[in-house]
Amino acid sequence: MYRLAGQLAPWFAVTAGLLLLTGTYGGLVLAPADYLQGDGFRIIYVHVPSAYLSMLAYIIMATSAVVGFIWRIKMAHGLAVSAAPLGASFTLLALVTGGIWGKPMWGTYWQWADARLMSELLLLFLFAGYMVLRASFDDREKADRVSAILAAVGVINIPIIHYSVEWWSTLHQGPTIAKLDQPSITMDMLSPLLVMILGFTIFFAWLLCKRLQGEILNREGHARWVEKLLEEITR
Amino acid sequence: MSEFLQMGGYAAYVWSAYGITLIVLVVNIWAAFRSHTGALVRIHHENRPERSGRQPTVRQIT
Repeated sequence: MYRLAGQLAPWFAVTAGLLLLTGTYGGLVLAPADYLQGDGFRIIYVHVPSAYLSMLAYIIMATSAVVGFIWRIKMAHGLAVSAAPLGASFTLLALVTGGIWGKPMWGTYWQWADARLMSELLLLFLFAGYMVLRASFDDREKADRVSAILAAVGVINIPIIHYSVEWWSTLHQGPTIAKLDQPSITMDMLSPLLVMILGFTIFFAWLLCKRLQGEILNREGHARWVEKLLEEITR
Repeated sequence: MSEFLQMGGYAAYVWSAYGITLIVLVVNIWAAFRSHTGALVRIHHENRPERSGRQPTVRQIT
């Protein structure tokens, strides 16, 4: 598993780099200005991918934590631990880019009464809570089990984030892409966004591999294969 | 070119959003590599305390 992650990582890195460069060029240069928001709408190409990734990271974290809890798989807990800081950073990025976008369009960076903003902020606290809770235990296995419960309970927040714009139509706009019939965005605006979403996802996969490698070493530092590995690379 | 940089009057918002995104991506890369390298170095030291006189550098290990 350690070696697999090490082998996949460079491929993810190259693919993510290419996609992010292409998507940024498409989003900033090729896509036409929005008829309502002008060039300000271009923030969508960093805001939506980071918001989407924040939720994906949480689902991955919670799923692997629960798998680790039920079947007592250390590797699954390791994956959850690896996803947490990445997820937290993209949640923060979604909130910040959303605020920057909100200022010229809504006239405010932040709105306490908005359901989408609140549920995304709660997501940030869930990631942070997961990490702080883990740090409070000296015993790793205990940390694995207790933090998995928190991660599992927090999953409730994911559908709340997704449907918040429909259940409570406050400040944040409704969905643009994730509609079953037809997305309310034209192809030349949509395609860079899809490229960026894919790029962010593969970027996440890359760093998840790197972090998982570190996490595996932390957990199995004294196994024989680790010693062999160290001999190989320090030779 | 300058028209592109002005972003139709939204320059401050668009460029700060992209700049912060770049920072978050770079910091994430740095932190992920550091956690991997840090684990390697720490385990290397733990596994062979007897040779603490001549430790290989971080560069050699990674």
